[in-house]
Amino acid sequence: MSDKNTQWPLWEVFTQKKAGEPFEHAGSVHAPDKEMALQNARDVYSRRNEATCIWVVPSEQITSSTPEDVGAFFDPANDKIYRHPNFYKTPGVKF
Amino acid sequence: MASVNKNALRDYCLRLGDTNLILGHRLSEWCGHGPILEEDIALANIALDLLGQSRIILTYAGEVEGKGRDEDALAYHRDEREYRNLLLVEQPNGDYGQTIMRQFLYSVYTFFLYSELKNSKDKTLSAFAEKSLKEITYHLRHCSGMVIRLGDGTQESHQRMVNAINELWTYTGEMFEMDDVGAELIKAGIAVDVKKIFPLWENKVKEVFKEATLEVPPQNVFMQSGSRKGIHTEHLGYILAEMQVLPRMYPDAKW
Repeated sequence: MSDKNTQWPLWEVFTQKKAGEPFEHAGSVHAPDKEMALQNARDVYSRRNEATCIWVVPSEQITSSTPEDVGAFFDPANDKIYRHPNFYKTPGVKF
Repeated sequence: MASVNKNALRDYCLRLGDTNLILGHRLSEWCGHGPILEEDIALANIALDLLGQSRIILTYAGEVEGKGRDEDALAYHRDEREYRNLLLVEQPNGDYGQTIMRQFLYSVYTFFLYSELKNSKDKTLSAFAEKSLKEITYHLRHCSGMVIRLGDGTQESHQRMVNAINELWTYTGEMFEMDDVGAELIKAGIAVDVKKIFPLWENKVKEVFKEATLEVPPQNVFMQSGSRKGIHTEHLGYILAEMQVLPRMYPDAKW
């Protein structure tokens, strides 16, 4: 990003399809503040009844792991078969 | 309902329908040209809402008239003098601030108008008002937010909003004009008494302008008038020319 960036700050948008369901990342919007971020998210990501509730979060407030973290973070789980329950359902976990 | 003057009801519907149609068309001119993607989509959404509202009410106008004219016949095969939209909505988009200001002034108006029209004895009009009100509530929220942020923004954005008020204010008086058509339908419990809407509109505009650090123009400034009689500003003809050219060239075209 150069200093000449004239875009409004970036916000990450999360939408919930139905009450009780998890929020899913829908994408991002630009907005000058949180109220307008919410409105822009509504306009961009809920045009077709995709949402009953919306969260917006300043993108810069999200801390992400990096591609370099992948090995140390996630690979060790591969051979821990005892952590993978396949005889009952765990909410939110897809096999 | 049998005693209602059909011409009066049709004209009343044309006012509501034409105003939404022309404003929807104006807003659609921004599509792909908005200052920022999110606002571009926001305006396109509002334009589509208004177009949908006009379809309902123009269809009903055709039914009330009973001469077999449907929404398309009314939208595409009437000339300027037969159009009944408010002068405010045919005004050019200007800069983005002017478009937002026009939308704000109109959304405040329809918010209170439709809140009352919900209680109309005409079932179609009341159902129309109830459905549209949800959309309008959002339009108002979005435009109020933009008016406040642009008015209380930079020196330049503030000045542009002042210019927009100066440009548009003279067209606001027409929203509250009374005439025979209105009076007759108010008596029948069908139309809304716009005189009662005015103080509500004024209060809301003042409230938002105050937060936006914008001044409300003094009372008794000159107000334009004419649309009730089909007398428009020079802008409407160009809008209709663009909007109507295809169905007039190919009257049997289907899409």
